[in-house]
Amino acid sequence: MTETKLTERLLLSGNEAIALAAKHAGVALATGYPGTPSTEILERLSKLGGPAQWAPNEKVAMEVAIGAAFGGGRAIVTMKHVGLNVAADPLFTVAYTGCSGGLVIVSADDPGMASSQNEQDNRHYAVAAGVPMLEPADSQEAYEYTLRALELSERWRTPVLLRVTTRVCHSKTLVRPSSNQPSPPAPHYEKDIKARVMIPAYARPAHHRLRARLDEIARWNETSPLNLMFEGQGPALGIICSGVATMHAMEAAPGAAILKLGVTYPLPMGLIRSFAGRFERCVVIEEGDPWLADAIRAAGISVEDKPAKYRFGELDVARVRKILSHDDSADTVAPPGKPPALCAACPHRASFEALKNLDCIVAGDIGCYTLSVLPPLEAMDTCVCMGASIGVGLGLRHVLPPDEARRVVSVIGDSTFMHSGITGLVEMMYNVPPTGHVVLLLDNGTTAMTGLQEHPGTGRSLGHEPAHKVDYEALARGIGIESVHTIDPLVEPGRLEVVLRECLAAEKPALIIVRRPCILAAGKIRQYEQARRQGASCDCATAPGSATHA
Amino acid sequence: MRDGIVNVVIAGLGGQGVLTASDVIAAAAFLAGLDVKKSEVHGMSQRGGSVASDIRFGARVLSPMVPPGEADFLVAFAPEWIDVSRPRLKSDGVLIEPAFLGDDAKSLGRALNTAMLGALSAHLDIDENVWIEAIRWVLPKKLHEMNERAFAIGRSMASSGNPKEFTQDSALSTQD
Repeated sequence: MTETKLTERLLLSGNEAIALAAKHAGVALATGYPGTPSTEILERLSKLGGPAQWAPNEKVAMEVAIGAAFGGGRAIVTMKHVGLNVAADPLFTVAYTGCSGGLVIVSADDPGMASSQNEQDNRHYAVAAGVPMLEPADSQEAYEYTLRALELSERWRTPVLLRVTTRVCHSKTLVRPSSNQPSPPAPHYEKDIKARVMIPAYARPAHHRLRARLDEIARWNETSPLNLMFEGQGPALGIICSGVATMHAMEAAPGAAILKLGVTYPLPMGLIRSFAGRFERCVVIEEGDPWLADAIRAAGISVEDKPAKYRFGELDVARVRKILSHDDSADTVAPPGKPPALCAACPHRASFEALKNLDCIVAGDIGCYTLSVLPPLEAMDTCVCMGASIGVGLGLRHVLPPDEARRVVSVIGDSTFMHSGITGLVEMMYNVPPTGHVVLLLDNGTTAMTGLQEHPGTGRSLGHEPAHKVDYEALARGIGIESVHTIDPLVEPGRLEVVLRECLAAEKPALIIVRRPCILAAGKIRQYEQARRQGASCDCATAPGSATHA
Repeated sequence: MRDGIVNVVIAGLGGQGVLTASDVIAAAAFLAGLDVKKSEVHGMSQRGGSVASDIRFGARVLSPMVPPGEADFLVAFAPEWIDVSRPRLKSDGVLIEPAFLGDDAKSLGRALNTAMLGALSAHLDIDENVWIEAIRWVLPKKLHEMNERAFAIGRSMASSGNPKEFTQDSALSTQD
């Protein structure tokens, strides 16, 4: 019975819906880097049997996806909002080159910062790079818009930004999938040097083509079926909105007319102008920056904006009601709940206790271990972005007086190190601070914070299959670091503090790898390793002509 | 229940099974043929911090989040942190806490959550068979029997009008 119902309608998160659409659309390649709230897209696609893989970081993911789309394959690349900063370099130029296969970039924004270091509004990227943008409001739209985004991308040979937010990614709502998606064209290479090689002589005309294409898409968007109009009761109130804010607005103001924009760049200004002109009061309801409101007013259309305080945090029905009723009373603030904490048996604890005992100035990074900043440890002094620990630590070492500089340590997790820590190590050897430097690489064998994802240092692929494993010690020595130490904090308690003290005193560049699996991942890692050993012995026994390996 | 929409909030701490429990409720509403939306914030959910999940169901659900003060039911897995979630509950909303199970609570172990869902189910117009189907859909097979038993205990205790289950109003009056 359940099976029958499942084929008719599904209950999916927005992320699961995007994955299902990617599968139905015959995506040739899907890649990304884990980041809340985007992570489950690729995990679900992998479970559906789709071609999903983790890249070391978002920039590499974007480049791999671009290559796939240059080759005529449909490609999806997923990341959290700050991940698009890392991938911004290729983004801005692939907007010039365009693509052959559909290329959809999923940016999962986090208004309210449920699990992020900032609440940047990535709608600005659509404008800045010049790529069309779609914003679904629930899982049904997440599914449909993924399909439409691929179609738009192929029709105009442009990358398309699918901008989702935490409440779209992680809310489960009903989805009725469409049956029988047409098969995508098979990948093949079209040589087109002037379109793909962005030297200035070829990039100048490419920029003109980009602007002409956006003009065309803007004209198409005036009558696009992805922008919806819901009639209200009379001319009193019209609301312009997009994404999940639409759902809050429809609930908060059941009598209002709604213009729900599905394609939010390039905006259908004619449609917006005629809608806004019909109402005594037209209010823009949007989360984050006043992005829609600014664009609409810049076009000379009179609309009402939300008060400045609603730029912070998520919207909900109560907040939208207050915006609409000009109620400027303070939001009811829920009492603070129990903050998250490092797990009781977390192997990272020993590292932060040692750092604290030695009164270190800790340039920290992004991951579970950032929780060490909270009481009682309070053992982290800076955290900016993925990989920043090493650069920030080096900068501190360069300028601080020697007695302070000698206390600076950079602390970075294994997945973050793979993401963007390697270039920091190179910098440490290239511009060595007078007092040297010490980097602590906390290797818990997983990407713990986002939910135990694999990465190139774990030796397993996204689907936990065996893959090449990066050797951090060899990598560090290859970069030229002579002082490389590996410590298991469980097997050798106390040794970390001794080695750390020695490295700090030596005043030379040093890397200390603190290796012990995450307690949440350890059981799973043992299972994967067991499967690998069994698989390996099976392969040896069955592979024709294979010699036996010790 | 505004416009026939049922609003449920489950609150607890990361690792207590809040997300699984909300999956069971959403599955029950889904299997009952209703529109349903479920929303929560992931990310820190396994690190022991406060976690809440909103489930809304009925003929047509718009916002995925239960507006403040509009929850019909608050299921509290961590009563010691109840102050965080109490403002979510409307004035005549029903609070369901482990305490209502009395001494049975301890013996249920991890299935305590499901017993609380059983108590919740006694207030809702969804067939008991649908709840059982939802439990079987969401939980792994080896846990079915234990959880179905826990569900039945919670449901029968709530149906028999157990005095330890109280509304927001009576809860406030007992604090005086």
